[in-house]
Amino acid sequence: MSFDFDAIWRTLPYLFLEGMQFTLTLTALSALGGLVLGTGIALLRLAGGRVLSAVAAGYVNLMRSLPLVLVIFWFYFLVPYLGQWVTGAARPIKVGAFASAWLTFTLFEAAYFSEIIRGGIQSIPRGQSQAGAALGLTWGQVMGSVILPQVFRTMLPVLLTQTIILFQDTSLVYVISLTDFLGAASKVAQRDGRLVEMYVFAALVYFAVCFLASQGVKRLQSRVAIIR
Amino acid sequence: MRAFDEGSMSGPVIRMDRVSKFYGPAFQVLKECSLEVARGEVVVVCGPSGSGKSTLIKCVNALEPFQSGAIEVNGARLLPGGRGVDLPKLRARVGMVFQHFELFPHLSVMGNLALAQRKALGRGEAEARAKGAALLERVGLSEHADKYPGQLSGGQQQRVAIARALAMDPVVMLFDEPTSALDPEMVSEVLDVMVALAAEGMTMMVVTHEMGFARRVAHRVVFMDRGEVVVDAAKEQFFGAATNERAAQFLSKILAH
Amino acid sequence: MNYNWNWSIYWVPSPEGGGTYMDFLLAGLWTTLVTAALAWAVAFTVGSIMGVLRSLPGDGIRPGRALANAWVELFRNIPLLVQLFLWYFVLPEVVPKGFGDWLKQRNDAPFITAVVGIGLFMSARVAVQVAAGVGALPRGQQAAGLAMGLTLPQTYRYVLLPMAYRVILPPLTSELINTIKNTSVALTIGLLELTARARAMQEFSFQVFEAFAAATIGYLVVNLVATAAMRMLERRLKLPGYGG
Repeated sequence: MSFDFDAIWRTLPYLFLEGMQFTLTLTALSALGGLVLGTGIALLRLAGGRVLSAVAAGYVNLMRSLPLVLVIFWFYFLVPYLGQWVTGAARPIKVGAFASAWLTFTLFEAAYFSEIIRGGIQSIPRGQSQAGAALGLTWGQVMGSVILPQVFRTMLPVLLTQTIILFQDTSLVYVISLTDFLGAASKVAQRDGRLVEMYVFAALVYFAVCFLASQGVKRLQSRVAIIR
Repeated sequence: MRAFDEGSMSGPVIRMDRVSKFYGPAFQVLKECSLEVARGEVVVVCGPSGSGKSTLIKCVNALEPFQSGAIEVNGARLLPGGRGVDLPKLRARVGMVFQHFELFPHLSVMGNLALAQRKALGRGEAEARAKGAALLERVGLSEHADKYPGQLSGGQQQRVAIARALAMDPVVMLFDEPTSALDPEMVSEVLDVMVALAAEGMTMMVVTHEMGFARRVAHRVVFMDRGEVVVDAAKEQFFGAATNERAAQFLSKILAH
Repeated sequence: MNYNWNWSIYWVPSPEGGGTYMDFLLAGLWTTLVTAALAWAVAFTVGSIMGVLRSLPGDGIRPGRALANAWVELFRNIPLLVQLFLWYFVLPEVVPKGFGDWLKQRNDAPFITAVVGIGLFMSARVAVQVAAGVGALPRGQQAAGLAMGLTLPQTYRYVLLPMAYRVILPPLTSELINTIKNTSVALTIGLLELTARARAMQEFSFQVFEAFAAATIGYLVVNLVATAAMRMLERRLKLPGYGG
């Protein structure tokens, strides 16, 4: 059996300019959205009062209990109906495939990011917030200027690792036929009958990106520790 | 590899011959240390932190490898890098008591006593338990045989640890700061066991700050400083008249309170 | 909302034949459980071996530790979906033709692939946990075991691993749950587990919410049961006087 390198070589532009671009964009936007939303959820859990705190906790537990594939299906089918309900339109709203995916991943990953941020906030010594309050800062100021900056710094390696996991998770958009990097490789594989070449190549690319990224995070870990 | 000798009745139980150990190329933690422990002798090793005394005692049962020199334990010759001797066999005959007790938390007291007897010495379950029970009696803890380490006080745990080491019928007992991690009121219950052990003629090498114990029971005292054996003298000499200045300094600080 | 709610859809016979939609979904749940159980068995066994290798003490390069680290890096830097595709599509093509054809013809190919693929994917995660568990034990435990004359394997078997597994029970529970969730990825290679069947039900009956709601409840229940079982295990293994 011969390994047809040409099949890969020919389709590199498609694989990377379309497929990988989709993957990277989805990863970046979902990470950002997930981080912002996740921080909000963490703050709600820690300081939101009984009801909001319970709702936030329920949300996180729900998202972490369900397979991502199922959540992808939920949003894929649910979002058009939700849009219709929210805007009062006559028919379910057609949402773009990318937008649906971005919404899914943002909401899903937010649960995981919120746990990381929550753990980070709880690990900051209580004396820090007490000192902030003693200086006359409000809760919001203490959070924004004292606590969260330290949290993001110490948790940066963990947040980046979670982003690498997110990068891998985006491959699951396959189940709704979106063309991310794996999807592109798969399309070529089926069209050209080159399953072995394309899937092995896809595996190698994912491995290279994730391995190098995680090595980078390891190096970063030793730099960002806050000496107390 | 030489099988571990059942023991030459003559000659020292431990002979350390110019043992040196390095951590990395720059830092030498043991500098050509030589020392002997004769049969039935109790040798106390003392010195400031960082002097290498814990490292030295851990070289005897090869828990710490050394880079040059040699150590003879009951006739078997241990070489740099842990070569020359069947290590598990050596360690089965050398008892060690640790600063933090190191009882196995998932086994009961009896379980702790029996484990190495069965696995390293091949004794049967009944024999191991009988031995364990006898030793628990000796250290005054018979009624705790079925308890778990987490349920015992520090002093009790350390006494069990001593019994656990004795269960292997060792030719020499090594103690690495056995009372340093204990609350003050529990120190004496452990020292009492060690004193009784010495009175029975057990060969012992003890790293400790407890100079009272040394005065009572030691035959010789070794003072280490910065990786070197600075003083190695009979007890009377060590505590008596002019001894090495550094040692005298150390002693005065310890004995002050 | 332009949607026909029909919660009695579960009791309607499914086009697959052989029962109602509820039977159809329950069969999927069963597949999920069996696949997860076998995959977990693989993950736990292989992961424990790799974890022990990864935790080996040593100055200088130990081949065992290098192997275990390479294993972990390999299986955790490639998405699970890609790994399943490699097992399912690529493996039959690169092995000798007879074996490859036999693999492709098996009726239970998706199932076997899922068990092996998910099992090995998770084994890397278990390995990391086991190594971390051993690493979290006080240094003196290994020294004490060796000092008594136990060999290193004996020390692992009787001293280190019994405590390490207790320490990592909570993260291991997470990994068990992850294994259950990961079975859903195998729908891409044709495994008819719970999510796959919910999707099929949605396609046949157009009752989107009912179908996926059932799957959601299924996963939540399985999650609760698995977590409760692991908690019971934790209680049984609890040592008197040890830990909180």
